[in-house]
Amino acid sequence: MKADPRNVLTGIHYLDGNHASAEGAIAAGCKFFAGYPITPSTEIAERFARRIPLVGGVFIQMEDELASMNAILGASWGGVKSMTCTSGPGFSLMMENFGLGWMLETPGVLVNVQRGGPSTGLPTLPGQADMMQARWGSHGDYEVIALCPDSPQECFELTIQAFNLSEKYRMPVLVMSDECVGHMTEKVVIPAAEDIDLVERVYTTKSPGETWPFELMGKGITPMQPVGQGHKFHVTGLTHDYRGYPVINAEAQDKNIRHLVDKIRNHVDEITRLGEKDLEDAEIIVMSYGISSRVVQPAVARARKEGIKVGQLRLVTVWPFPEKRVRELAGKVKAMLMVEMNMGQVYFEMERCAAGQTKCYLAPHPGGTVHNPEDIYKTIKEAVK
Amino acid sequence: MSTQVAPPEVEKHPMEYLLRMDRIPHIWCPTCGLGTTVTALASALEQLKIDLNKVAVFSGIGCTGRVAGYMKLDSFHTTHGRALPFAAGFHIARPDMKVIVFSGDGDLISIGGNHFIHSARRNLDITVICVNNFIYAMTGGQVAPTTPITAITATSPHGCYEHPFNLPLLAASSGAVYVARWTALHIRRLTNAIKEAITKRGFSFVEVIAPCSTLYARLNKLGTGLDLMKFYHENSIIQHGANLSEVDIDYQSKIVVGKFVDIEKPTYLDCMNAGMKRKFGDKYKPYGGADGNN
Repeated sequence: MKADPRNVLTGIHYLDGNHASAEGAIAAGCKFFAGYPITPSTEIAERFARRIPLVGGVFIQMEDELASMNAILGASWGGVKSMTCTSGPGFSLMMENFGLGWMLETPGVLVNVQRGGPSTGLPTLPGQADMMQARWGSHGDYEVIALCPDSPQECFELTIQAFNLSEKYRMPVLVMSDECVGHMTEKVVIPAAEDIDLVERVYTTKSPGETWPFELMGKGITPMQPVGQGHKFHVTGLTHDYRGYPVINAEAQDKNIRHLVDKIRNHVDEITRLGEKDLEDAEIIVMSYGISSRVVQPAVARARKEGIKVGQLRLVTVWPFPEKRVRELAGKVKAMLMVEMNMGQVYFEMERCAAGQTKCYLAPHPGGTVHNPEDIYKTIKEAVK
Repeated sequence: MSTQVAPPEVEKHPMEYLLRMDRIPHIWCPTCGLGTTVTALASALEQLKIDLNKVAVFSGIGCTGRVAGYMKLDSFHTTHGRALPFAAGFHIARPDMKVIVFSGDGDLISIGGNHFIHSARRNLDITVICVNNFIYAMTGGQVAPTTPITAITATSPHGCYEHPFNLPLLAASSGAVYVARWTALHIRRLTNAIKEAITKRGFSFVEVIAPCSTLYARLNKLGTGLDLMKFYHENSIIQHGANLSEVDIDYQSKIVVGKFVDIEKPTYLDCMNAGMKRKFGDKYKPYGGADGNN
């Protein structure tokens, strides 16, 4: 399915990442945005609010982030592509009902423009310290998809991708942006609508009474039942069976959770997107994501100029973690280095997958500004010692 | 060879078509007010003769939260306190459908209190049925924002000393266009109120005072479910259009019931469409929701 030309601002633009995210959402066919103002994400909501009346959709500023997350789930069940955005404390508040989205297997997109934390932290300054919250922030067991744009162009593209993945896997998907990318203004090329591929929702073709909300539980992703057409289905945040009915015992939990987890674990290769550079003869690999993958560039260039064989692995999808690829690469290099704007989060995933095959280094940064490339360079030098 | 005797013909429950019979028996205690409240909703839907395909029911968590699971409608059992914002998103996506939120007092007014006042303020076209049993029942009988002063609960073992909410006053002052209160005893009047609420365009609120004999009555030694019904019978005062600042419910006091508010006011979507029309003129195509055919 191609994008609807009425939704796509085809052309060359000069946009910040947040505005580009909003355009990506509209291009993807998003017609409902529920949000609550929070720096540094608010421009996504503002642009959507400005643009959507004439595109044909609704922006609603809800009373809080709890409501925003719920409203997009409700609208999504109503048959409308829906999104929200937030940052910092708002992300914490959304976690409860992000979990509901997983449990009800509801498509939707949440853009988190990360700022420094914890608590109120640094409202106007960047961070990448919500990565583990993205992975584990709602209670219980599940798998997530999180995409990390490193430019306004990618904010546009990955927001579309997030919608596609959310429809394909029937789950809310995260775009884990950051304040730098969100507020960085660059050239954004918005292609023609016919060049934008969209994944549209798959509805059951069965008649009411012949199908259940999760009838493929354990086997695959069940086409959704449309509302208002007599299916009269039930869905619940409680542990449930293929019928969507609550079943409170260990056996049902086993089936339900394995199903939710497996629908990602069985498709990691399909979901994973990586940026690989100079890996063929690399002795050391610098891993990064989001704005940090821009910041590593001068350090890597300097080291390579000195003859150090530095390769780069950029995680466009941080979750699911590209475990297979990292294990494979760990066996070939002398060291791996993670550059992220936190005190060590995705680093531990890298270290886990390296599993003693290679030395692992972290270039941490508590946020507030990006790394000094000098510090990254020094860590590269230390790693190749 | 054994001979099997055919079981006697069992008469079908007349509301079966509105219930998920594969989930019956329900989890509610004998004499709980939820059964009659659900019956009132089912009767209201039947009497209104509306297309049941176009009705969706939402609930949060708690005893009342289970209603969505028993109604044979498109039904959503959401998280604690969040049925309203979930329903708000759904309603905006599908304004062609009737949206009914069934919620307990703790779910709706405590953890979901913020959503309640804002949904009423926006005048979203949603019907809220709040079953008020003065207590958190599902979790074992803890104090609620509606527990009358001096009532004993598991977490007010020495008697509640917090001021409770006056729900009709809260609903009306937040912007609800229809506000009524009945008890689980007033089945016919309650059914009528639910019918009016569903028909009303805008945020309509029906409070149902309901007995919880397992916890509220037991902890407060108020007798059986039947005793509570007798209490409602002897102590309810029907007073339509009552002054809402005087309808507080004290411990074992008189209960003022009736239809308190029934006014006209543009809904959220009416206002949005009018506002956008004002700004954009003919360029704006009035929003009518998602394609009903999905």
